[in-house]
Amino acid sequence: MALGRREEMKLKKNGFRIFLTFCIMAIFWVLLSGIFDMFHLISGLICCNLVSLLSHDLLIKGKSEKNLLKLLRLLFYIPWELWQIVLANIDVAYRVLHPKMPIDPLIIEFDTTLRKDFSLTTLANSITLTPGTVTILVKPERGRFWVHALSKKSANALIVDQTMQKKVAHVFMEKQVQTETHEVFE
Amino acid sequence: MTFVFWMTILFIAITIGLSLYRAVVGPGAFNRMAGVNIIGTKTIALLVVMGYYFERPYFFDIALLYAMVNFIGTLAFAKYLERGELC
Amino acid sequence: MLIVHIIVTLFLGTGLFFTLVGSIGLLRFPDLYTRLHATGKCDTLGGGLIILGALIYHFFQYSGVPLVPAKLIFLIIFIFIANPTATHALMKAAYKTGLKPWRLGEERR
Repeated sequence: MALGRREEMKLKKNGFRIFLTFCIMAIFWVLLSGIFDMFHLISGLICCNLVSLLSHDLLIKGKSEKNLLKLLRLLFYIPWELWQIVLANIDVAYRVLHPKMPIDPLIIEFDTTLRKDFSLTTLANSITLTPGTVTILVKPERGRFWVHALSKKSANALIVDQTMQKKVAHVFMEKQVQTETHEVFE
Repeated sequence: MTFVFWMTILFIAITIGLSLYRAVVGPGAFNRMAGVNIIGTKTIALLVVMGYYFERPYFFDIALLYAMVNFIGTLAFAKYLERGELC
Repeated sequence: MLIVHIIVTLFLGTGLFFTLVGSIGLLRFPDLYTRLHATGKCDTLGGGLIILGALIYHFFQYSGVPLVPAKLIFLIIFIFIANPTATHALMKAAYKTGLKPWRLGEERR
C-alpha cells in the first residue's frame, strides 16, 4: 500500500474512531437518500469512507474506554431532563399569561469544577431548558457560568441546591465539589 | 383528520404572524434576530404538518434542510454582531 | 382508530398552546433577555410536541420502510440540541456588546 509505516500505526490506533464515524455517516446517508439501489449504496460507501478517513478526529475526541458507560448514564439522565423541560414550559406559560407578569430578572455567576467540553456543553444546554434560567456566557478554562434568571427562586436552584451540576458530574464521571464562591450582582 | 391538520396549519400561521411583529418592528438587530429564529422553528413544524396534509413526503426533506440553515444562519449572525467580522 | 386520532389531536393541541405562549412572550416581555427565555423554552417543546404528534399519526396510518419516522426523530433531536444553542449564541452576543438587562421598575424597551 501507499501508506507509510507511521501512518499505518496511526490508522491502527484510531481504528475504532474511524469505524464509529463511518457507521454514523452511513446511517445518515441511508436516512437522507432513501434509495436502496446498488449504485447509490456503493457511492455512499465510497463517500463515507473518504470522509471518515479524512476527518475522524473531529467527531469523537478522547479515550474510548468509558464512553459506553457514559452513554448509558446519559440515557438515564434524559428522562429527568425532559420532565424539567415540561416544568420549565409551565413556569414560563404562567409568567407570560399572568396579567401582572411576575418577573424580577437578575444575573448570577457561579463556578463549577467541570472541565471537559462535552459536559460543559450538556450543562449549559440543560440550564437553558430548565425553569427560569438561561446561560449567557461560559468560560471553559475556569468552569465559570454567567446565568440570567427570571426570579430569585429559580436562581437558588442553581446556586444553593446544585442538583443539576451533581447529576451532570455523575453522568460524565467528573468530580463535583459544592462551591460557595458565587456572586449575585444587580 | 385532515380537518385537524388544516386547523394546525392555520394556528401555526397565526403564531408566525404574531412573531412577525417582533421581526419587523422590534428595536435593534438582536430583537429582530430573535424574531427570525422563532419564525424558523415554527416553520419546521409547519412544514412537517403540511407534509401530512398534502400527503407529499418531500416536505420532510425541506424541513430538515430548513432546520440546519436556520441554525447556522442564527449562529453566523450572532457571531457577526458580536465581533463585527465573521472569522 | 378513533383513540389514535384523539391522542394525535391532543399532542398537536398542546404543541400549539406552547408555540402560542412563546409568541405572546416574545411580544409581552420587556427586554431581549426575558424574550429569549420565552423563545428558547416554549418553542423547543412546542415544535417537538407537534412533530411527535405527526410521528404517532404516521405509525398508525402508513406502513413500509420507516424512512420518514427516522427523519422526524432526527428532526426532534436536532431541534432539542440546536434551539438552546442558538438562544445561547444570541444572548452571549448581546451581553458582550453591552446590552444592559432590564430591572424591575424600569421602562420597557
